[in-house]
Amino acid sequence: MTFRRYLILGAVMLCASVGDTFLSAGMKQVGPVSLHHLLTLLVALKNPWVFSGILFLVVFFAAYLTALSWADLTFVLPATGFGYVIIALLSKYWLQETISPARWIGILLITLGVGFVTQGPSYTNHTHPDPREAVAVPAGTGERTATQKNGRSA
Amino acid sequence: MIGVIVLLATTGDVLIAGAMRQIGDFDVVRSHSGLKGAILAVLRNARFFSGVLCMALSFFSLLFALSWADVSLVAPASAALTFITNAFAAKWILKENVDGRRWLAAVCVCMGVFFLSR
Repeated sequence: MTFRRYLILGAVMLCASVGDTFLSAGMKQVGPVSLHHLLTLLVALKNPWVFSGILFLVVFFAAYLTALSWADLTFVLPATGFGYVIIALLSKYWLQETISPARWIGILLITLGVGFVTQGPSYTNHTHPDPREAVAVPAGTGERTATQKNGRSA
Repeated sequence: MIGVIVLLATTGDVLIAGAMRQIGDFDVVRSHSGLKGAILAVLRNARFFSGVLCMALSFFSLLFALSWADVSLVAPASAALTFITNAFAAKWILKENVDGRRWLAAVCVCMGVFFLSR
């Protein structure tokens, strides 16, 4: 795992929680949307909080896809779970909300879970080709060089 | 209904993870064919679109469930259970090496989400 990859995992955690918080704040300003007036949702896009929230969620999805291209699903998902911790801490220190003991236990458990998974390898190698046979292949073919495959499990 | 939400979310996650595994390391693809080529490689992948469809269906199922069930039950229960079902699906379908450490992480995050939403 390189520093850049930790940054991408950080973007996965941060952008999802910040995007959800912004969307929530924006939709509270827009007000309730009836199923019979779904076009109101288009008006909601003009709200800066809603628009920023969507932008953050687009960045989250791009970072999530990038992370899944070099890490296992069971490695990336606990990182997304850490977003719940960020929301809870934001609500405490930014919105001055109180966090109950049960929530502190939740924060501790998620932090432990993320800690466990990041200590291990990020990617499962399904084949173990001879590194001497490693050759560059054109992108998009679904094949990777042996050195690339071996390098990511470190 | 929670089962449907969890099943669709897990299927979506597994399909998208499978698509990204099929495409390969995004950084390598981008260095070969540029950002545009990398984005096209994702958009041309049928597995990716099936995954996005499942996630969209899961989202609408959640909205439907929220219209008659308690938000404090459905949202955390489906979010927490998805971590466990994803670990099973990743092990059996994606053939990931889900060792003890990852099982422990999935259970910790699942319980953490449950406690956090109380």
